[in-house]
Amino acid sequence: MVKVNGVQLNIDGKTIAEYIKTIQYDIRRIAVERNGNIVPKSEYDNVVLKEGDSLEVVGFVGGG
Amino acid sequence: MVITEEMAERYSRHFVLKEIGVSGQKKLLQAKVLVIGAGGLGSAALMYLAAAGTGVVGIADFDKVSLSNLQRQVIHGSGDVGVDKTLSAEKFISRLNPDVRVILHNAKMTVDNIQSVISGYDFILDCTDSFESKFLINDACVLSKKPYSHAGIVCFEGQIMTYVPGKGPCLRCLLGGVPPRDGSITCSSAGVLGAAAGVMGSLQAIEAVKYILGIGDLLVGRILRFDALKMQFSEFDFPKSDSGCAVCGANPKIRSLADNRAEYEGTGCM
Repeated sequence: MVKVNGVQLNIDGKTIAEYIKTIQYDIRRIAVERNGNIVPKSEYDNVVLKEGDSLEVVGFVGGG
Repeated sequence: MVITEEMAERYSRHFVLKEIGVSGQKKLLQAKVLVIGAGGLGSAALMYLAAAGTGVVGIADFDKVSLSNLQRQVIHGSGDVGVDKTLSAEKFISRLNPDVRVILHNAKMTVDNIQSVISGYDFILDCTDSFESKFLINDACVLSKKPYSHAGIVCFEGQIMTYVPGKGPCLRCLLGGVPPRDGSITCSSAGVLGAAAGVMGSLQAIEAVKYILGIGDLLVGRILRFDALKMQFSEFDFPKSDSGCAVCGANPKIRSLADNRAEYEGTGCM
């Protein structure tokens, strides 16, 4: 199980990019942190989520 | 700094707060805060900063007031349509609080002028309406070692965070760079609830006041999201900067704004 924004999800083995595709977020407008470290966008395809990982995923809007 | 009788009455509700008091009010009266963008976020931020007795309030905007602004940009009035937003906002502030000195920057912030504008201020509020502008402000503040409040609002949702040099991530750590434009959403079709923009702008004013006074916990290393439809605030912890960040990382690619001019150019609201 992987904790995403405090909720346990069964997404072990998926890459961050694969997980993000399954939710409503726009991948270009989010920030992702894994186990306390920011994951650069270039790594979303490479980072495979493992049992016990903790993710924070937050969306940004640009209006004012 | 002398507190007059009129000031003592005006700020009496600050004086009774142990976190502010007379000494905190003197700090506010000597503080210089710049608000970039006198729109939905900036209206609320400017009004509360002025009411709080911020000594110098800078207003940077290059736009004129239009009728469709007034649904959310509450510092402007119907009689101000067609007037420069800086002048309209200054008029409101001078009526609200004569203790505040207003400085107008009636120009679009660009690679060429932003660092000289922000150099005169203690804290900056990003109240702009595009990611291009938000990244320009972020990078300028990082390079000039200035603290600032980031916020964004669209529809019913917004986010806010505070950058303090050396203390936590900057916007570029989090997003990498200006997101590509979403062709399916335009400024007018996205829409925004006026009061939701006011909530986020008020939060930015709170961060500025807390920074000036050195009180409480700033939104450094934390992002606060607001969803007005669900009426929920959610907090996301991002305590560490990205060591590979192109502007604040260990080996920054962006060493001057001019290095990165193309990314800041462009217009839009999303």
